[in-house]
Amino acid sequence: MSDAFNWLYSDVVKDHFMNPKNVYEPDEGFKADAQGMTGNVKCGDQMLFMLKVKDDVIEDVRWKTYGCASAIASTSMLSEVIKGMGIREAYNIKPEDIVKRLGGLPDNKIHCSVLGDKALRAAIDDHLAKTGREGAFRNEGVKIICTCLNISDRDIEDAVKQGARDWEGLQERTKIGTVCGGCKKEAEELLHEYVHIFAED
Amino acid sequence: METRKVYMDYNATTPLHPAVKDAMVRDLELYANASSMHQDGRAARARVEEARRAVAELIGAGADPERVVFTSGGSESNNTVFATAFHLGRKGPRRAIITTSIEHPCVLNAALWLKDEGFPVTFLKVDQHGKIDMDEFKAALGPETLLVSIMAANNEIGTIQDLAEIGRLAKAAGALFHSDATQAAGKIPVGVDEWKADYLTLSCHKIYGPKGVGALYIRKGAPIEPLIRGGHQEHGHRAGTYNNVGILGFGEAARLAKAELAEYAARVGALRNRLRDGIVAAIPKVKVNGHPVQVLPNTLNVSFPGAEGEAILLYLDLAGIEVSTGSACASGSLEPSHVLLATGVGPELAHGSIRFSLGRLSTEDDVDYVLSILPGVIKRLRAMSTVEA
Repeated sequence: MSDAFNWLYSDVVKDHFMNPKNVYEPDEGFKADAQGMTGNVKCGDQMLFMLKVKDDVIEDVRWKTYGCASAIASTSMLSEVIKGMGIREAYNIKPEDIVKRLGGLPDNKIHCSVLGDKALRAAIDDHLAKTGREGAFRNEGVKIICTCLNISDRDIEDAVKQGARDWEGLQERTKIGTVCGGCKKEAEELLHEYVHIFAED
Repeated sequence: METRKVYMDYNATTPLHPAVKDAMVRDLELYANASSMHQDGRAARARVEEARRAVAELIGAGADPERVVFTSGGSESNNTVFATAFHLGRKGPRRAIITTSIEHPCVLNAALWLKDEGFPVTFLKVDQHGKIDMDEFKAALGPETLLVSIMAANNEIGTIQDLAEIGRLAKAAGALFHSDATQAAGKIPVGVDEWKADYLTLSCHKIYGPKGVGALYIRKGAPIEPLIRGGHQEHGHRAGTYNNVGILGFGEAARLAKAELAEYAARVGALRNRLRDGIVAAIPKVKVNGHPVQVLPNTLNVSFPGAEGEAILLYLDLAGIEVSTGSACASGSLEPSHVLLATGVGPELAHGSIRFSLGRLSTEDDVDYVLSILPGVIKRLRAMSTVEA
């Protein structure tokens, strides 16, 4: 994990922040086959992902965000990584893979980096729906718990594996339940279950 | 890459005034304990008392310097007042606390502690400019009111409260009146008698002195419970060996702040206005937060719809410009600035807010440099934003 006070100055993060790749520009005439939006500006970040897909391979990508520096840098990195990738593989990219490629982010910045990943999944879901396979990848054991922020049971599981032990810790990592809060009961049950299964301490 | 540095975060802290630094270095080897009776001890103590007079004069308490107690900073001073309220409220009939929803976290959290302990606590609302509602305040005051704690000027938006009127009403209700003047001191005139303050909090590092020193003014006759128990220093109000060098730095900083106040307010106020007018002229759809007139001369808080605050801050930082933001992302919490939310600014605008706080080393060139960088940063972030400006 990079230093909490110098994360911006890792050359990789700084480059992606200063010169973000694949940002959508209206004049460019990019025609998306599918798109997905996640996040809520009330929470301080929102992400839009746009994809060109051919034969289930991501040919090109654009994105836009209302988000902080880590959201910008991590989404820029993600957008580079998924070009030329099959949609199933892209769907299963984990935020921590992106963070690793960035050379790490401090703990309090991890949650900013999950937004691009979630918007990407929403865009792939959109593509699947448009090609008559709505929800095809959800059968891979993923269930959306927080419908406001598109956070799944797998995200909760991952958060627990990364150290979340209580509701606050889970929120810190995923931002779950910060919009309507309606998912809290179900999410807490899952949280307790996963803590029971995965927590060593 | 250009390494120009423009510091516009003076409300967070200030650089040492060169004269303060000189004074501290001069007495750095004055190691004697200021409580010792021998000649070196007496010499150190004389310096402490000289500093006490200067601090007292800054807040209009020059006739009564012994009412100033040195502490480790603003947070300790504020906590001492709330600890006093805790002890008084447990014994006496008055238990209610009145404060505001826009206080510094050290007052807010001290007030929440008392609430947890069962004290009735009112957090007064503020209007769109950050002023408390005097009618709500009057209605909250009563024979059960123990303590009124209202900041003189807000650290994020700079709004100045009507302290004289607040103090008059608090005293008329028989309550103790405390004001956190951490941001006000050295920027606007501060008068404990005009404000009828029983307690007043000061911090040294906000007025070009060292960190780790503060003061609490305690009016003669106002009850006080020490937060730190121990030796007999500060009449038993605050134990602990005197921080000689820090305290005399505070004295020098206070003396300079008082001497330079009028010049400071005029000069820094003009720079702040130049920055504000330049931003409003160059960047569409901005919102200037805080009170248009009753505001600290150095403080400018602006919301930039469509652009996220931490991203703005860090793009400015890469250009050498140092500011702060009310965005949640920068604070490590999920909530944006409680102060902006209290003024009715929506979370969308609060996340996109930047505080520029100027100071005695700010120049016209600094302002113009910010005006040459900021519009491009906002334009760029708005272009990549999912949110319409």
